[in-house]
Amino acid sequence: MADQVPQIITGRFGYEDSHTLARYEATGGYQALRTALAMRPEQVVEEVKTASLLGRGGAGFPAGVKWGFCPQAVWPRYLVVNGDESEPGTYKDRLLLEKDPHQLIEGVLLTSYAVGCGQAFLYVRGEMALAQERLAQALNDAYAAGYIGRNILGSDFSVDVVLHWGAGAYIVGEETALIESLEGNRGMPRLKPPFFPAAKGLYLQPTIVNNVETLSNIPWIVANGGAAFAELGAEASRGTRMFAVSGHVRNPGVFEVEFGVTTFRDVIYGEQYAGGIREGHTLKAFIPGGASAPWFFDEHLDLPLEKGAVDRAGSMLGSGAIVVMDDSTDAVKACHRVVRFFARESCGKCTPCREGTTWLEKILKRILDGYGRPSDLALLLDVADNISPGFAWPPKQTTICPLGPSAVSPIMTAVERFRVEFEDHIRRGMQAQAAQAPQQPVAVRSAEVRDAAHG
Amino acid sequence: MARFTPDNVELALEIIDRYPVRKSALIPLLHLAQEQDGYVAEDAMAHIAELVGVTPAEVLGTASFYEMFKLHPVGRYVINICTNISCQLLGGEDLLHHAEQTLGVKAGSTTPDGLFTIEDVECIAACTEAPCLQVNYRYRHRITAEEFDQLIEDLRAGRLTDEVPAHGVLARVRQRLVPTSRAGAVAPDDGREPVWMAPPTVPEPAPEAPSGPSAGSV
Repeated sequence: MADQVPQIITGRFGYEDSHTLARYEATGGYQALRTALAMRPEQVVEEVKTASLLGRGGAGFPAGVKWGFCPQAVWPRYLVVNGDESEPGTYKDRLLLEKDPHQLIEGVLLTSYAVGCGQAFLYVRGEMALAQERLAQALNDAYAAGYIGRNILGSDFSVDVVLHWGAGAYIVGEETALIESLEGNRGMPRLKPPFFPAAKGLYLQPTIVNNVETLSNIPWIVANGGAAFAELGAEASRGTRMFAVSGHVRNPGVFEVEFGVTTFRDVIYGEQYAGGIREGHTLKAFIPGGASAPWFFDEHLDLPLEKGAVDRAGSMLGSGAIVVMDDSTDAVKACHRVVRFFARESCGKCTPCREGTTWLEKILKRILDGYGRPSDLALLLDVADNISPGFAWPPKQTTICPLGPSAVSPIMTAVERFRVEFEDHIRRGMQAQAAQAPQQPVAVRSAEVRDAAHG
Repeated sequence: MARFTPDNVELALEIIDRYPVRKSALIPLLHLAQEQDGYVAEDAMAHIAELVGVTPAEVLGTASFYEMFKLHPVGRYVINICTNISCQLLGGEDLLHHAEQTLGVKAGSTTPDGLFTIEDVECIAACTEAPCLQVNYRYRHRITAEEFDQLIEDLRAGRLTDEVPAHGVLARVRQRLVPTSRAGAVAPDDGREPVWMAPPTVPEPAPEAPSGPSAGSV
């Protein structure tokens, strides 16, 4: 099976010069643009709808459907490319940016043509210096060759693609925060409704926000037809998709696999993929779709990488980030590290997230440091419940965006599965303190807790 | 130091011109200020405010939200060590402690010689290459303690200046929009339908009963 699956978006990765215009053109590059310019824009949209291309950024919404949400006869429309990849465990957009920037640019042009976007912005995470350089070069070359700009390839299609550097903020990966950031503001999400980007996005105009991997698929879809794309995969999950398998595996790597049919067992244990758990260890847990996703265990290994199946099992494929933890992992420590991430990255707009994630981190930290209390587990779950009531899946939220509930995901699954480990940390901490005689004054102890919490 | 040099003012104006709304250039201009001075100085923020047409407080408001903008001088080399989950599982925290020991400063601080700043950072998208770090945003994958020491030695000896520019210089290749080939920024109040979206013009059917000379007739 795996041998016959075409490499739709990583096909050029093997070339040393895969990022150059010469290599891109020599391997069929910008042919889809010529094909599209001979089609009506609506026909291009139809091909993408036929392909059933799900967004590859995290939420997994069908791209063609999203394009259709722009209100009729409201102009201009903008296209914003979300290249702010920073979900822990996620490593694929950076590869696409560094190794095949022209493929993304062609995807941007095709989308702008299909949707009627007057201007496109490539928002790329600031920390990716090489990607920034490769994209800048690719854009300059593509402009010079007449692929971007005024009257592209002699047609009446004109669009500028502007490269925009991000500056370090996880929350900007959320589409409305990305738009705020692109407007020069603090990257804080907007309330939806009314600020659905397709209706009221950049400068309050209709705006399509798509992920780098999503758009990198468009040239292939236009060149080969949406039906050919939809032949691959299963159920709602069509085509191929990139997954990064990291953590305690023999051969960590980023793999493009057939979407919807390949299983977690295939990518974690397959010899051509991650090759199994490292020598002498067994699987303890894995995160199936980035730090925001509830954890999975042995019993989930045979689930296909299919959006619906994974959603029903209580987690998500998110951004295609599989993080594998073996039996040497301290569940409390891992859980704390993920929660600390969300506490650090909360933008501060919504109280349940700003205060809640901070308290979750503090409670986990004191458990780890041996200052946990018997009541801490109940407290942890209570605070978590205030951010995401009822621990439902998909999560309910008391916040504008899903960042707060994302901090609840690891707690919800780790505490349920590894409760004994949490209790053990608390008990050992209490024993260690009891052994310290005479008992330290309370004031000193709370100062220590404070210092520990603030590093 | 701090306000933009004449060359950078020219570049700043070119950057502003790319966007439909001036304020969108705020983050790119903060990067430019950091490239010029190694950090974002107060005078630079005042200058950006003038160029973009907002108050200095608004510039500070935006600048202070983003991790990459350093509002105080930092080392020539900022070393970002990832300790997030994928790196933690494979020794990212040990690497950070080793770096702190080796350089004699805690994460978040700069060595007295002004050469190195260490940061304990969140995921930098190299998860399959853990543990990883960045020097001025240039990656080092699957790095060991020995390799870290070698890196520091190389940086001290100036052996990596080609590969790793001073802090603030993000990308050495810049997008350049040429007036003759660019389509131009599209203002939000433009309101016009893009020409390629207009319905195809069907050939006019011949008038059934010409009542007079047609204006378009040849």
